[in-house]
Order: sequence, then C-alpha cells, then structure tokens
Amino acid sequence: MTMIKVDHLAVSYGHGDSLLRVVNDVSFEVAKGETFGLVGESGCGKSTVLGALAGRNRQWSGSIRIDDETIGLKRSISQLAKQQMVFQDPFGSIHPRHTIGRTLLEPLEIHGKDNRQERVEKALKDVGLPLNFRYRFPHQLSGGQRQRVAIARALILEPRILLLDEPTSALDVSIQAEILNLLKDLRDREKLTYILVSHDLAVVAHLCDRVAIMQNGGFVEVATKAQLLADTVAHPYTRVLMDGSRGYVASRRPVDTTA
Amino acid sequence: MLKPPENILTVQNMSVEFPTLSGVVTAVRNVSFSVGREKVGIIGESGSGKSTVGRAIMRLQPPQAVVKADRLQFEDINLLTVPEEQMLSVRGRRISMILQDPKYSLNPVMTVGEQIAETVILHERVSRKEARQRTLAMLERVNIRDPQRVFDLYPHEVSGGMGQRIMISMMLIASPSLIIADEPTSALDVTVRQQVLSILDDLVTERNLGLIFISHDLNLVRSFCDRVIIMYAGRVVETIAAADLDDAQHPYTRGLLNALPSLDHPRDRLEVLRRDPAWLEN
Repeated sequence: MTMIKVDHLAVSYGHGDSLLRVVNDVSFEVAKGETFGLVGESGCGKSTVLGALAGRNRQWSGSIRIDDETIGLKRSISQLAKQQMVFQDPFGSIHPRHTIGRTLLEPLEIHGKDNRQERVEKALKDVGLPLNFRYRFPHQLSGGQRQRVAIARALILEPRILLLDEPTSALDVSIQAEILNLLKDLRDREKLTYILVSHDLAVVAHLCDRVAIMQNGGFVEVATKAQLLADTVAHPYTRVLMDGSRGYVASRRPVDTTA
Repeated sequence: MLKPPENILTVQNMSVEFPTLSGVVTAVRNVSFSVGREKVGIIGESGSGKSTVGRAIMRLQPPQAVVKADRLQFEDINLLTVPEEQMLSVRGRRISMILQDPKYSLNPVMTVGEQIAETVILHERVSRKEARQRTLAMLERVNIRDPQRVFDLYPHEVSGGMGQRIMISMMLIASPSLIIADEPTSALDVTVRQQVLSILDDLVTERNLGLIFISHDLNLVRSFCDRVIIMYAGRVVETIAAADLDDAQHPYTRGLLNALPSLDHPRDRLEVLRRDPAWLEN
C-alpha cells in the first residue's frame, strides 16, 4: 500500500554555469494514509522536494511513483489532480480580487469537473466554513479562515495526497491548533496521505508518523514519531532541532545565580 | 529569581487609542507593568497590542495615535511630557529597539559598519575613526569572526542571523539601559536563533540591562525570560514568573499552553482556545 515512492530524487534550479543542485539523492516511501514529515532549516531543500512531487519543478532526475503510476516529466490531468498543495502564507496564496467561490471554482474549470456548485459547497463544509463565505473576498477573512480556504481549494479536486508546505507557520498558536486538528480529521475521514513540511519539530511530531530530517539537500535521518517523543533520535542535528522547538537553551552561561 | 531592586521603566494604566472614521479603536487598554534589570517577555497573539506597547514606550507610535497613561517613567524621564528634542537623545542611546527582520529594518544603501557607527557618532560625538574602532569591537562582541570585512558589507550581503547580530550590535553600542526586542528571532532558523539569543542573553546579563522581549512564541519566552506578561486584546491578563508558567491561572494563558503541540507532552488532539467575552472586561 505504498502511495508515494521516491528513488534517488535530485532536483536542481538554473542552467549551465548557474546550475544549482538543491536536492541530492533522496529516497523515501510513504504508505497510504501515512503522514510523512520533512523538517529542516531554510534552504535545505524541503520545499523543493514538495515542488518536484507536485509537478511545480520539472528539473528533477531519479524516479517518482505515485499511486502505482510512474511519473514522467509530463503528467496527465488525472495525475496532476492526485496531489494538491497547501502553501504557507494564506495572505499571499489566494487571489485577492476573486471571491472565495471563484477561487474554489478555478481548479474545477481547469480539470473540467461537473457538479461544480455542489463541489464548492462540499469543500467549504469539509473545512468547517459557512456556505455564504463563497461570496466573500480574502480580505474579509481572518488568517485561519483563509488557510481553511486554501485547504478547501486543495481538497476540491478530491486528491489522494496533500502536500502541506508550512501550513501553520504564519498563524497564531490558537489558530494553528484548529488547523492541525482539521488536518487530522480530514486525513482520517478522507483517507488522505500527507507530506508535511515544517521547521517546527513539535508540529511535525504531532501530525506525522515518520519524519525525515533534511540538511543541505539530503536526509540526515528518518525518525519515527515514537523516537521523537522518547528522545531516542540518532543524529545530533535532529537533537538540535528538537531543542529549538522547546525554546531557548542557555548555553555558555555557567550555573551561577548569585545575582 | 530575586525581585529586582530598582525599576528602569514603570508603566501605569497606559492606553493607546487610534481615532478612526468609525470610532476610536483602543489597541492597548489600561496596561501596567514595570521592568527592572531583568528579561521581561510580552506574549500575545497578533493584534493583542504587544508591539504597540513597545512602540508607545519608544514614542514611535503613528502620529494619529493617542497614548494615555497615569505614569510612564523611564529612569529620570517622564515619557509622557518629555519634549521630542530630548526624546531624540533617549531613543537609540538609552532605550533601543531590535526589530524582527534585519532585511527590512537595516538601511539597504549604507554599509552595515556605517550604520552601526552612526549611532555612536550621533549620540556621543566621537570621531569617525573612534566610531569605527568601537564598531569593530562591538561586531567582534556579537561573535562576528571577521569584523573588518563585515564592516564594509551591505545588508543584502549578510545572512539573516548575521543581520540580526548586526542589529544587536547597533542597538547596544551606545550602552542603553533598556532594550525593546520586538520578535527579534521570528525570521531566523532554530539553530541561528539559538546563537543570536545566547549573544543577547550574555550582553543583557553582562551589562545589567532591562530587556522587554516581545514574542508570540510561548516556549521561547518561557525559556528565555525571567518574567512573562500575557496580553489579550490590548489588556494584560496575567503576569507570572517564567518558571511558573505551567501554573498559570488565567484561562487564556492555559488555553494557549494547551493549544501548543509539544514534544514532551504529546496529545492526540490539540485543545482549541475558547475565547470568553468576560476576558474583555475590566
């Protein structure tokens, strides 16, 4: 029941002298219904892996299999619909001059789906937004509501896979909790497979079954949720990231509280 | 933690109001706190008024804003009545502010060295040569390995972490007694954040300063600061020692803590914060 199988994936940007290889020889498998996390610092290539999976970046080599189909450089319409992305910034990823209804209709038009009105209504209902929100513009929504719209837009094509690129890092903690709960419910109800990119290990450990820790375009370790929670990760870099999500660790200061 | 012997800053019943066409919006309402030689965190969600508090202390609020307070005392200066000319010698010299993103808050057309030196030249009227020496020493103090080279770089040529260290050196070079840091590490990666904070921590301890650390990150503030002020909708709902945050009483603070995914206390579902209209009273 493998949903995604990636072998020796390498992704680069640019041509000729300015060719920059961002992801180097990455291999992983994600089972159906599993949530796989990608964690790392900015520039480590985690979003680029998502971009290659989504078909946004075509300058890749290696092999990608999604739902038992080998993905080539050119994808069919149904292959494109199979995975959908949710972006980080709900303020930048939704067209400011289209109503929410218009935004949700667009993928349906592109993919030539029928029953459009019902699908829009179902998508809004799935993410817990009132139906009259389809007449609103993005600026009339809060950040959490916009992120729900972004999730609805991704779900409207009935994908099997959601590619989540830092879906909560632009949100307040209380709103983040709502979105993480929503993602969890949707995954269980719709039997979705997730790949979640984040820089916060606590968020990843909350949602994911397994996590790949990335550095300089490669995996340094693939840890299970149990390993993260029991603090038995092998690689020192993983531990650095774990400390980071706990907050600040006073380092060089000697234990001296005579003040 | 012992009670600090003296207050650098005392804020009593401060409100900040913005008159708009549809009525007065009160961004900050009756906020009182004091800061000694310690690290005080202000936590709140977006729109809670935490940055507005920081700016009002610096008198950097937008011109239409109205700041009211019973008392706004910084050392020997009454911030409510001090004339703007005198404020110029306070800002940057005695109170300084570290902002979130060095990419946007450093001047893009000046080398970073000149920008840091400018602070000393303006406030202490020293020669360019001496200012340069002071700047190089300060850059070295924030662990920049090659200060001579970095002095002549432009902001776009430095990384985020280095940019933030440059900002810190700019803000500390005139030896202020109070620093307001508004989300100083939100734009940084965790490992870099750790470095920047430990530099800030050392400097604050070594020079015995007061620090107001404005952030939305509970874990960070809890582990970095001595005391935490929690703000909600422009009000201070709770002030508590950072070490006692787990015993916080106010339902809003508790709600925030429970909404946080944690590696140490995993939960199947995160608690969703229920906002109680009663929190908006008093």
